[in-house]
Amino acid sequence: MQLAFAWLEHSWLGTAVNNSQWAFAAIEAGHLLALAMLGGAVLLVDMRMLGLGLKDEPVRKLARAAQPWLIIGLVGMIVTGVPLLASLAESKYYANEAFRLKMYFLGAALLFTFTIRQRVALRDRPSTSVLQTRMIAVTSVLLWSGVGIMGRGIGFY
Amino acid sequence: MGVILECCRFLEHTSISVGIRESTWTYPIIESVHVLSLTLFMGLLLLWDLRLLGITLRGFAVSRVWRRLFPWIATGAALMVVSGILLFWSDPVRFYGNIFFRIKFVGLVLALLNALAFHFGIERRLVDWDLAPVTPRAAKFAGGASIVLWALVIIAGRFVAYNWFKPLV
Repeated sequence: MQLAFAWLEHSWLGTAVNNSQWAFAAIEAGHLLALAMLGGAVLLVDMRMLGLGLKDEPVRKLARAAQPWLIIGLVGMIVTGVPLLASLAESKYYANEAFRLKMYFLGAALLFTFTIRQRVALRDRPSTSVLQTRMIAVTSVLLWSGVGIMGRGIGFY
Repeated sequence: MGVILECCRFLEHTSISVGIRESTWTYPIIESVHVLSLTLFMGLLLLWDLRLLGITLRGFAVSRVWRRLFPWIATGAALMVVSGILLFWSDPVRFYGNIFFRIKFVGLVLALLNALAFHFGIERRLVDWDLAPVTPRAAKFAGGASIVLWALVIIAGRFVAYNWFKPLV
Protein backbone atom coordinates (compact mmCIF):
# COMPACT_ATOMS: atom_id res chain seq x y z
CA MET A 1 0.00 0.00 0.00
CA GLN A 2 2.78 2.41 0.90
CA LEU A 3 4.31 1.67 -2.50
CA ALA A 4 1.08 2.67 -4.21
CA PHE A 5 0.99 5.94 -2.26
CA ALA A 6 4.62 6.62 -3.11
CA TRP A 7 3.97 5.89 -6.77
CA LEU A 8 1.00 8.29 -6.75
CA GLU A 9 3.02 11.09 -5.20
CA HIS A 10 5.76 10.72 -7.80
CA SER A 11 3.36 10.31 -10.71
CA TRP A 12 2.89 13.17 -13.21
CA LEU A 13 -0.26 14.19 -11.35
CA GLY A 14 1.36 14.49 -7.94
CA THR A 15 4.38 16.25 -9.40
CA ALA A 16 2.23 18.68 -11.37
CA VAL A 17 0.27 19.77 -8.30
CA ASN A 18 3.45 20.08 -6.25
CA ASN A 19 5.23 22.14 -8.88
CA SER A 20 2.55 24.81 -8.89
CA GLN A 21 2.12 27.39 -6.17
CA TRP A 22 -1.62 27.76 -6.83
CA ALA A 23 -2.76 24.30 -7.88
CA PHE A 24 -3.35 22.79 -4.44
CA ALA A 25 -5.34 25.78 -3.18
CA ALA A 26 -7.34 26.12 -6.39
CA ILE A 27 -8.24 22.42 -6.47
CA GLU A 28 -9.13 22.60 -2.78
CA ALA A 29 -11.56 25.45 -3.53
CA GLY A 30 -13.12 23.24 -6.24
CA HIS A 31 -13.36 20.44 -3.67
CA LEU A 32 -15.39 22.81 -1.45
CA LEU A 33 -17.74 23.78 -4.30
CA ALA A 34 -18.36 20.10 -5.02
CA LEU A 35 -18.93 19.58 -1.28
CA ALA A 36 -21.77 22.11 -1.39
CA MET A 37 -23.34 20.37 -4.40
CA LEU A 38 -23.04 16.89 -2.91
CA GLY A 39 -24.18 18.04 0.54
CA GLY A 40 -27.21 19.81 -0.89
CA ALA A 41 -28.27 16.82 -2.99
CA VAL A 42 -27.87 14.43 -0.03
CA LEU A 43 -29.59 16.71 2.49
CA LEU A 44 -32.55 17.57 0.25
CA VAL A 45 -33.64 13.93 0.06
CA ASP A 46 -32.60 12.83 3.57
CA MET A 47 -34.45 15.79 5.05
CA ARG A 48 -37.54 14.87 3.06
CA MET A 49 -37.31 11.28 4.34
CA LEU A 50 -37.28 12.76 7.84
CA GLY A 51 -40.38 14.82 7.06
CA LEU A 52 -38.41 18.08 6.76
CA GLY A 53 -37.83 20.59 3.98
CA LEU A 54 -39.79 19.95 0.75
CA LYS A 55 -42.34 17.81 2.54
CA ASP A 56 -45.25 18.50 0.16
CA GLU A 57 -43.58 16.48 -2.59
CA PRO A 58 -43.27 12.68 -2.77
CA VAL A 59 -39.84 11.31 -1.77
CA ARG A 60 -39.44 9.55 -5.11
CA LYS A 61 -39.99 12.69 -7.17
CA LEU A 62 -37.47 14.59 -5.09
CA ALA A 63 -34.92 11.76 -5.12
CA ARG A 64 -35.19 11.62 -8.92
CA ALA A 65 -34.62 15.36 -9.23
CA ALA A 66 -31.67 15.23 -6.83
CA GLN A 67 -29.96 12.18 -8.35
CA PRO A 68 -28.05 13.98 -11.18
CA TRP A 69 -26.76 16.60 -8.69
CA LEU A 70 -25.69 13.86 -6.30
CA ILE A 71 -23.68 12.28 -9.13
CA ILE A 72 -22.25 15.65 -10.27
CA GLY A 73 -21.27 16.45 -6.67
CA LEU A 74 -19.64 13.05 -6.21
CA VAL A 75 -17.74 13.21 -9.50
CA GLY A 76 -16.61 16.74 -8.61
CA MET A 77 -15.37 15.54 -5.22
CA ILE A 78 -13.42 12.64 -6.75
CA VAL A 79 -11.98 14.62 -9.67
CA THR A 80 -10.66 17.27 -7.23
CA GLY A 81 -9.90 14.84 -4.42
CA VAL A 82 -7.55 12.57 -6.39
CA PRO A 83 -5.00 15.29 -7.34
CA LEU A 84 -5.08 16.60 -3.74
CA LEU A 85 -4.32 13.08 -2.54
CA ALA A 86 -1.67 12.53 -5.20
CA SER A 87 0.31 15.66 -4.26
CA LEU A 88 1.04 14.46 -0.72
CA ALA A 89 0.09 10.79 -0.92
CA GLU A 90 3.09 9.27 0.78
CA SER A 91 4.43 12.20 2.78
CA LYS A 92 1.12 13.15 4.39
CA TYR A 93 -1.97 11.06 3.69
CA TYR A 94 -0.49 7.58 4.03
CA ALA A 95 0.10 7.94 7.77
CA ASN A 96 -2.81 10.33 8.40
CA GLU A 97 -5.37 8.71 10.71
CA ALA A 98 -8.12 11.17 9.74
CA PHE A 99 -7.58 10.43 6.04
CA ARG A 100 -7.83 6.69 6.68
CA LEU A 101 -11.06 7.11 8.64
CA LYS A 102 -12.42 9.41 5.93
CA MET A 103 -11.87 6.66 3.35
CA TYR A 104 -13.67 4.11 5.57
CA PHE A 105 -16.59 6.50 5.99
CA LEU A 106 -16.58 7.22 2.25
CA GLY A 107 -16.71 3.52 1.38
CA ALA A 108 -19.55 2.94 3.82
CA ALA A 109 -21.45 6.06 2.67
CA LEU A 110 -21.17 5.12 -1.01
CA LEU A 111 -22.20 1.53 -0.38
CA PHE A 112 -25.14 2.56 1.80
CA THR A 113 -26.29 5.32 -0.57
CA PHE A 114 -26.27 3.28 -3.76
CA THR A 115 -27.78 0.16 -2.27
CA ILE A 116 -30.23 0.81 0.54
CA ARG A 117 -30.80 4.58 0.50
CA GLN A 118 -31.36 5.12 -3.21
CA ARG A 119 -33.46 1.97 -3.49
CA VAL A 120 -35.78 3.16 -0.73
CA ALA A 121 -35.85 6.79 -1.93
CA LEU A 122 -36.57 5.89 -5.56
CA ARG A 123 -39.15 3.12 -4.99
CA ASP A 124 -42.62 3.51 -6.49
CA ARG A 125 -44.53 2.47 -3.41
CA PRO A 126 -43.51 2.70 0.24
CA SER A 127 -42.01 -0.61 1.35
CA THR A 128 -40.58 0.53 4.67
CA SER A 129 -42.25 1.91 7.78
CA VAL A 130 -41.93 5.60 8.66
CA LEU A 131 -39.44 4.70 11.38
CA GLN A 132 -37.32 2.61 9.00
CA THR A 133 -37.33 5.39 6.40
CA ARG A 134 -36.21 7.89 9.04
CA MET A 135 -33.47 5.60 10.28
CA ILE A 136 -32.15 5.21 6.73
CA ALA A 137 -32.08 9.01 6.33
CA VAL A 138 -30.29 9.47 9.68
CA THR A 139 -27.74 6.79 8.78
CA SER A 140 -27.07 8.51 5.45
CA VAL A 141 -26.57 11.91 7.11
CA LEU A 142 -24.29 10.39 9.78
CA LEU A 143 -22.13 8.49 7.26
CA TRP A 144 -21.68 11.54 5.01
CA SER A 145 -21.01 13.74 8.05
CA GLY A 146 -18.29 11.29 9.02
CA VAL A 147 -16.68 11.77 5.61
CA GLY A 148 -16.86 15.55 5.95
CA ILE A 149 -15.64 15.77 9.55
CA MET A 150 -12.73 13.40 8.92
CA GLY A 151 -11.93 15.33 5.75
CA ARG A 152 -11.64 18.53 7.73
CA GLY A 153 -9.69 16.60 10.36
CA ILE A 154 -6.92 15.70 7.87
CA GLY A 155 -5.56 19.23 8.15
CA PHE A 156 -5.45 19.10 11.94
CA TYR A 157 -3.85 15.71 12.28
CA MET B 1 -9.74 52.94 6.57
CA GLY B 2 -7.86 53.93 9.71
CA VAL B 3 -11.05 53.58 11.75
CA ILE B 4 -11.53 49.95 10.63
CA LEU B 5 -7.94 49.15 11.54
CA GLU B 6 -8.42 50.76 14.97
CA CYS B 7 -11.54 48.60 15.50
CA CYS B 8 -9.60 45.48 14.48
CA ARG B 9 -6.80 46.38 16.91
CA PHE B 10 -9.38 46.85 19.66
CA LEU B 11 -11.09 43.52 18.89
CA GLU B 12 -7.74 41.76 18.86
CA HIS B 13 -7.28 42.52 22.57
CA THR B 14 -10.73 41.43 23.75
CA SER B 15 -10.91 38.28 25.85
CA ILE B 16 -12.93 36.40 23.19
CA SER B 17 -10.26 37.06 20.58
CA VAL B 18 -7.41 36.02 22.87
CA GLY B 19 -9.40 33.00 24.07
CA ILE B 20 -10.00 31.60 20.57
CA ARG B 21 -6.44 32.36 19.50
CA GLU B 22 -4.77 30.70 22.46
CA SER B 23 -6.94 27.59 22.74
CA THR B 24 -5.75 24.53 20.84
CA TRP B 25 -9.13 23.25 19.75
CA THR B 26 -11.52 26.21 19.68
CA TYR B 27 -10.34 27.58 16.33
CA PRO B 28 -10.33 24.20 14.51
CA ILE B 29 -13.80 23.38 15.85
CA ILE B 30 -15.28 26.75 14.78
CA GLU B 31 -13.57 26.42 11.41
CA SER B 32 -15.02 22.92 10.92
CA VAL B 33 -18.51 24.23 11.68
CA HIS B 34 -17.89 27.03 9.16
CA VAL B 35 -16.80 24.63 6.41
CA LEU B 36 -19.35 21.87 6.98
CA SER B 37 -22.27 24.33 7.23
CA LEU B 38 -21.56 24.93 3.54
CA THR B 39 -23.55 21.77 2.81
CA LEU B 40 -26.68 23.16 4.46
CA PHE B 41 -26.34 26.77 3.34
CA MET B 42 -24.66 26.59 -0.06
CA GLY B 43 -25.95 23.12 -0.93
CA LEU B 44 -29.61 24.01 -0.55
CA LEU B 45 -29.12 27.54 -1.92
CA LEU B 46 -27.47 26.01 -4.99
CA LEU B 47 -30.53 23.81 -5.59
CA TRP B 48 -32.74 26.89 -5.18
CA ASP B 49 -30.62 28.83 -7.70
CA LEU B 50 -30.83 25.89 -10.12
CA ARG B 51 -34.62 25.97 -9.69
CA LEU B 52 -34.58 29.67 -10.62
CA LEU B 53 -32.54 28.77 -13.69
CA GLY B 54 -35.20 26.20 -14.53
CA ILE B 55 -32.62 23.41 -14.54
CA THR B 56 -33.94 21.27 -11.70
CA LEU B 57 -37.07 20.69 -9.57
CA ARG B 58 -39.03 21.95 -12.58
CA GLY B 59 -42.33 20.39 -11.58
CA PHE B 60 -42.16 21.97 -8.12
CA ALA B 61 -43.81 25.37 -7.55
CA VAL B 62 -41.12 28.03 -7.02
CA SER B 63 -43.02 29.56 -4.10
CA ARG B 64 -43.26 26.22 -2.31
CA VAL B 65 -39.62 25.32 -2.87
CA TRP B 66 -38.65 28.65 -1.32
CA ARG B 67 -41.08 28.41 1.59
CA ARG B 68 -39.84 24.93 2.51
CA LEU B 69 -36.12 25.51 1.92
CA PHE B 70 -35.88 29.00 3.40
CA PRO B 71 -35.81 27.98 7.11
CA TRP B 72 -32.93 25.56 6.38
CA ILE B 73 -30.99 27.97 4.19
CA ALA B 74 -31.45 30.60 6.91
CA THR B 75 -30.23 28.15 9.56
CA GLY B 76 -27.17 27.39 7.42
CA ALA B 77 -26.58 31.11 6.87
CA ALA B 78 -26.81 31.78 10.63
CA LEU B 79 -24.22 29.04 11.31
CA MET B 80 -21.94 30.48 8.63
CA VAL B 81 -22.25 34.04 9.95
CA VAL B 82 -21.80 33.22 13.64
CA SER B 83 -18.84 30.91 13.06
CA GLY B 84 -17.41 33.35 10.50
CA ILE B 85 -17.58 36.30 12.89
CA LEU B 86 -15.85 34.25 15.60
CA LEU B 87 -13.08 33.23 13.17
CA PHE B 88 -12.60 36.88 12.16
CA TRP B 89 -12.65 37.96 15.80
CA SER B 90 -9.80 35.59 16.65
CA ASP B 91 -7.35 37.48 14.43
CA PRO B 92 -9.03 40.63 13.03
CA VAL B 93 -5.95 42.55 11.94
CA ARG B 94 -4.60 39.61 9.93
CA PHE B 95 -7.94 39.02 8.18
CA TYR B 96 -8.43 42.72 7.49
CA GLY B 97 -5.03 42.84 5.84
CA ASN B 98 -5.65 39.75 3.71
CA ILE B 99 -6.52 40.53 0.09
CA PHE B 100 -8.66 37.40 -0.30
CA PHE B 101 -10.66 38.28 2.80
CA ARG B 102 -11.51 41.63 1.20
CA ILE B 103 -12.45 39.94 -2.09
CA LYS B 104 -14.65 37.54 -0.15
CA PHE B 105 -16.34 40.44 1.60
CA VAL B 106 -17.06 42.22 -1.71
CA GLY B 107 -18.47 38.96 -3.14
CA LEU B 108 -20.66 38.61 -0.06
CA VAL B 109 -22.08 42.13 -0.43
CA LEU B 110 -22.73 41.59 -4.17
CA ALA B 111 -24.46 38.25 -3.49
CA LEU B 112 -26.72 39.91 -0.92
CA LEU B 113 -27.51 42.80 -3.32
CA ASN B 114 -28.40 40.22 -5.98
CA ALA B 115 -30.76 38.50 -3.55
CA LEU B 116 -32.38 41.85 -2.67
CA ALA B 117 -32.77 42.76 -6.36
CA PHE B 118 -34.52 39.44 -6.92
CA HIS B 119 -36.74 39.97 -3.89
CA PHE B 120 -37.87 43.46 -4.91
CA GLY B 121 -37.90 42.63 -8.62
CA ILE B 122 -39.14 39.53 -10.38
CA GLU B 123 -40.19 37.79 -7.14
CA ARG B 124 -43.03 40.33 -6.80
CA ARG B 125 -44.61 38.87 -9.93
CA LEU B 126 -44.02 35.29 -8.79
CA VAL B 127 -47.72 34.36 -9.18
CA ASP B 128 -47.26 34.78 -12.95
CA TRP B 129 -44.41 32.28 -13.26
CA ASP B 130 -44.66 30.05 -10.17
CA LEU B 131 -45.19 26.92 -12.27
CA ALA B 132 -44.13 28.22 -15.69
CA PRO B 133 -42.17 25.61 -17.69
CA VAL B 134 -39.52 28.26 -18.41
CA THR B 135 -38.55 30.75 -15.70
CA PRO B 136 -38.34 34.47 -16.66
CA ARG B 137 -35.03 35.90 -17.77
CA ALA B 138 -34.70 38.03 -14.61
CA ALA B 139 -35.13 34.94 -12.41
CA LYS B 140 -32.51 33.07 -14.45
CA PHE B 141 -30.14 36.00 -14.07
CA ALA B 142 -30.69 36.08 -10.30
CA GLY B 143 -30.03 32.32 -10.01
CA GLY B 144 -26.95 32.39 -12.23
CA ALA B 145 -25.47 35.48 -10.56
CA SER B 146 -26.06 33.92 -7.15
CA ILE B 147 -24.13 30.76 -8.08
CA VAL B 148 -21.22 32.75 -9.54
CA LEU B 149 -21.01 35.19 -6.61
CA TRP B 150 -21.26 32.55 -3.88
CA ALA B 151 -18.66 30.44 -5.69
CA LEU B 152 -16.40 33.51 -5.63
CA VAL B 153 -17.04 33.85 -1.88
CA ILE B 154 -16.13 30.18 -1.29
CA ILE B 155 -13.00 30.29 -3.47
CA ALA B 156 -11.76 33.57 -1.96
CA GLY B 157 -12.64 32.19 1.49
CA ARG B 158 -10.42 29.16 0.94
CA PHE B 159 -7.58 31.35 -0.30
CA VAL B 160 -7.69 33.47 2.89
CA ALA B 161 -5.65 30.68 4.50
CA TYR B 162 -2.67 31.35 2.22
CA ASN B 163 -0.28 34.26 2.63
CA TRP B 164 0.94 34.58 -0.94
CA PHE B 165 0.78 38.34 -0.77
CA LYS B 166 2.14 40.92 1.63
CA PRO B 167 -0.53 41.94 4.20
CA LEU B 168 -2.31 45.18 3.28
CA VAL B 169 -2.11 46.51 6.83
